[in-house]
Amino acid sequence: MQHKVIDTQEVVIRFTGDSGDGMQLTGTLFADASALYGNEISTFPDFPAEIRAPQGTVSGVSGFQVHIGSGEIRTPGDFCDVLVAMNPAALKANAKWAKPTASIILDSDTFDEKGLTKAGFKTNDPITELKIEDRNIIFAPITSLTKESLKDSGLDPKSIIRSKNMFTLGMCYFMFNRPMEYTEQYLEKKFRKKPQLIDANKKVLHDGYNYAGNIHAIANTYTVQPAKCEKGIYRNINGNQATAWGLLAAAEKSGRPLFCGSYPITPATSILEELALRKDLNAKTLQCEDEIAGICTAIGAAYAGNFAVTTTSGPGLSLKSEALGLAMITELPLVIVDVQRSGPSTGIPTKTEQTDLNQALYGRNGECPIAVIAAHSPSHCFDAAFYAGKYAMEHMMPVMLLTEGFLGNGSEPWRIPSMKDYPSVTPPVITEAETPYWPYKRDEQRLARRWAFPGTPGLEHRIGGLEKDNNGNVSSDPIVHERMVKERADKVAKLSEFIPEQQIIGEDSGDVLIIGWGGTFGHLYTAVKQLQAEGKKVSLAHFDYIFPLPKNTADIFSKFKKLIVCELNSGQFADYLRARHQQFNYLQCNKVQGQPFIVKEIVDAVNAIL
Amino acid sequence: MKYTPQDFKSNQEVKWCPGCGDHAILASVQRAMPEICEALNYTKERFVFVSGIGCSSRFPYYMNTYGFHGIHGRAAAIATGVKVANPTLTVWQITGDGDALAIGGNHFIHAIRRNIDINIILFNNQIYGLTKGQYSPTSKLGIMTKTSPYGTVEHPFNPGALVLGSRGTFFARSLDVELKLTQDIMVASAKHDGTAVTEMLVNCVIFNDKTHSTISEKESREDRVIVLKHGEPMIFGKNRDKGLMLDGMKLKVVKIGEDGITEKDLLIHDAEEENPGLHSMLIDMKYPEFPVALGVIRAVKDKTYDDNVRDQVIDVREHAQIKNMDELLRSGATWEVK
Repeated sequence: MQHKVIDTQEVVIRFTGDSGDGMQLTGTLFADASALYGNEISTFPDFPAEIRAPQGTVSGVSGFQVHIGSGEIRTPGDFCDVLVAMNPAALKANAKWAKPTASIILDSDTFDEKGLTKAGFKTNDPITELKIEDRNIIFAPITSLTKESLKDSGLDPKSIIRSKNMFTLGMCYFMFNRPMEYTEQYLEKKFRKKPQLIDANKKVLHDGYNYAGNIHAIANTYTVQPAKCEKGIYRNINGNQATAWGLLAAAEKSGRPLFCGSYPITPATSILEELALRKDLNAKTLQCEDEIAGICTAIGAAYAGNFAVTTTSGPGLSLKSEALGLAMITELPLVIVDVQRSGPSTGIPTKTEQTDLNQALYGRNGECPIAVIAAHSPSHCFDAAFYAGKYAMEHMMPVMLLTEGFLGNGSEPWRIPSMKDYPSVTPPVITEAETPYWPYKRDEQRLARRWAFPGTPGLEHRIGGLEKDNNGNVSSDPIVHERMVKERADKVAKLSEFIPEQQIIGEDSGDVLIIGWGGTFGHLYTAVKQLQAEGKKVSLAHFDYIFPLPKNTADIFSKFKKLIVCELNSGQFADYLRARHQQFNYLQCNKVQGQPFIVKEIVDAVNAIL
Repeated sequence: MKYTPQDFKSNQEVKWCPGCGDHAILASVQRAMPEICEALNYTKERFVFVSGIGCSSRFPYYMNTYGFHGIHGRAAAIATGVKVANPTLTVWQITGDGDALAIGGNHFIHAIRRNIDINIILFNNQIYGLTKGQYSPTSKLGIMTKTSPYGTVEHPFNPGALVLGSRGTFFARSLDVELKLTQDIMVASAKHDGTAVTEMLVNCVIFNDKTHSTISEKESREDRVIVLKHGEPMIFGKNRDKGLMLDGMKLKVVKIGEDGITEKDLLIHDAEEENPGLHSMLIDMKYPEFPVALGVIRAVKDKTYDDNVRDQVIDVREHAQIKNMDELLRSGATWEVK
C-alpha cells in the first residue's frame, strides 16, 4: 500500500476505551501536544457516570474527542477521521461516529471471544456486524506489543498493561506528525518520584510511534499545519478552569478576597478543586456538608465582605433555591455557577444539556428575579465568570452563571489576556459611620444598596429573609412590600443598561436568524458560516446575557423574516423569548439527548425553513 | 471602651410573648456583652448575631450589633461563612430545637465537627412555637401536641449527646430563669476557641408551658439541678449536702454524712478532660434519678477550623510562586504565536 501524507485543514480523532484504559488522559495529552504545536483545538470528553463500570461492557466505555485544525475550530467535530477503540465495546459504542473515510485503530488483543461477548456482539466478526467494512480498519496487537516492549522493565504486569495507552498515543503521534517532547515532559513531571515509570512510558510511547511507522496498514498520515492565530501567548484551558480563574480575576479587581462554599457534584467539581489550589491568591474554599451549606456559607461570607461564590450543577441548584431567595432579598453579591448536566433528577450526570434555564430564571419562591449570564465556549467561561462577579458586586445582587458539562470539560486554546485590559470592579462599600445607617438605601444609577461589612464601627445593622423597609426595619406593610419587590426587580432590569448590546454574526437582516445561547455557540457558528458560504441569508444571534436581555434584542429580531431558536432542551429559551418579546414568531430546533448538536442538524433545520 | 448592657439593646420592640423564657436569655446575653468586651478586648462592631427561623431566631433584631436573620436550619452554615470570611469577628448563632436539630441537624453537627470558632445558643423549649405547637426533635416521648394528638412515638435528641458525638469541644447548659449562670456561661463561651454550644432550657409559655418545671421551680430547683464548676466537687442541694460519685461504671447520687461519705469522696468536675466519657454521663443525667447538669460541662482545647484555614493561606502564600492573576494566567504550559 502506498503511504500517503495528507495535508489537511482539520482532523477529528476520537479516543475510546474502557473507563480504566486512560482514554481521557490520552486525549488530553494529544490535544495539548497539538495546541502547543500551534493548532486550533476543541475537545469533548464523553465518559460514563460510573468510575469503573463493568470492564469490557458498552456502559463502561469512555471517550475523548479532539478536533485539531489550521483554521477556525469552534466545535469538537461531529464525526471523526480516526477512531481509536481499545476494546470491542468501545468500537460498538463509537463506530457510528466514524466518517465513511475514517481509519479505525483497534487493539486486536482484546477482540477475542470473551471481549466480543461482553460487548454484546452476536458474531465473531464485529466489523461486518457493524457494517464498517469499508473503513480503513487497523488491527494492532497493542496489549501484547506493550507487554513485549516492557518485558525487561521490571514493572509488575498491571503497570505494564496500564501503559498501553501510551503505545496508542505514540501511534497517533506518528499518524499526525506530532512532536512528542511535550508529552515526555509531562511524563517526567508526573512520575518525578518514580523514574522507572518515566522510562517505561517513554519507551512505550516511542515503540508505538515506531510501530505505526513500520506497519504499512497505516496508509495515511496527516499534517495539520499550525493555525494562523492572532499574535500572543496562548494556553490550553477548559471551561471549569476558566470559570474558576474568571472568578479569581473578579476578586482581584475588586480587592475582595474570594470565598467559595461548595459541595462536590459532577460536572462542576473541578471549579472547586481549582479554587482550592489558589490559596496563593488568598482564595478560601469550604467543602461543605451539603449544597445548602455551600450557598449559605457563601451568603455568610458575602455579608462579612468577601466576594462569595458557590458552584454546582442542576440538582444542587434545586437544593440551593431557598437560599438563593435569601441572597436576593438581603441584596448581597453572590455568584452561583451552574454547570448544567442532563436531568431531571440525577438524569445522565456526565452528559451535557441546557435544561436548567427555567430553573435558573424562575426556580424560587416569591417574586425573585435573578440575573442570568451564560458562557458560550470553554475559554469564554473566564469572561462570563468575571462579569458575573463584577455585576454581582457592583449591583449588590446574586448573579447566576450558566455553563454546561460540554464547556466545563471541553478545552480550547486561549490567547492569554492581561488583567490590565479588564475593567475595574468597584462594589459600593461603605466604611464611614452613618447615623442612622439604612441598609436598603439605593443609589440612583444602579439601584444598588451599599455594602457595610461587620467590623465597621457605626454601621451595625440587621438584615435577613424577612421583608424590610429601606431603613432595615422588618415590615409587613403591604405597600412597603410591593415597593421593595419592585425596587429589587428594577435593580435587576437596570442591568441591561450596563451589559453590552447584542451582536450579530453575519448581516443584520436576512431570511433566517439563528438564535442560541450558551455552549451551543461553536456548533451554531459553524453551521451559520456553512450556510452563509452557500449564499444563504442566515445570521446568528448568540446570547451571553439571558436575563436581563440586551436592550437591542427586539430590534435585532425585527429585521429577519424567520427566527429559529436552537437549544439543547425542549424550548426553554424560546418560551422565555415568547414571554419577553411576544410580537415575534419563534421556530425551534431542539435536542435533548445529553449530547451536543451536530452541525448538520442545525444546517438541516435552517434549510427546512428557508 | 467601657460598655453597658444598654449599648447592646437595639431600638426594636421585642415581640416575644409575655412570660416567654427568651426575654430572660436576651437580658443575660446583653449583660454578658460588656463583660466579654472587657475580658477579650472586643469592640461592639465585632459582634455578629446570626439566626435561623423560629421564635428565638428573632433575637438578632434585638441586639444593637451586626445581625443576620437567615432561613430555617441554616444559621450554622451562614455563621460559618461569616467566621471564615473574617475570623476577627465574634460570631453568635441563635437557634432553636427545631432549627438546629431537625431541619438544620446536618449543619449543626458539621459546624461542631469542624470546631469553627462560633458560639451557638440553642434555645430548647421542646416545641415548635412559631408554627403554634407541634412536637420537636427534643419533645418528650409521648407528649401530646397538634401533630401528635395521641402522643408522640419518637425518642427525643439530647443536644449535648449530639455535641459529644460530633467531637464537640464545648458544651454548657443553663435554664432561662438562671440569669446569672447564663451570663457566666456566655462569657465562658466567648472565651472558648472553637464551636461552643450552650443549651438553654427555655419555657414556652403558650405551647409547652412548664416543660422544664420539674427542675426550674424556684423552691425545688437546687435539689434537682447541679451546677458544675471546673475544679470543684460535684455538690448540689439546698443544703449543699448531696453529691455525685462513681459507682463502678455509673454515676450515683450520694448524701454527704451518710455511710461515712465526705465532700472529699465526691467527683471533681474536670471540664477540660478530653475523654468525653464522664461528660457524657453528666449530660445524660435526668431528674428524678439524678440532678440535671447545668454549667460548663465540657470545654477542651483543640485547633479551630478558622485558625487552620488562616494558617494554611498564610503558609501557602509565603512560599507561593504565583502572586497575582497575571502570573496565574501565564503559569504552566503556554506557547507564543509570533
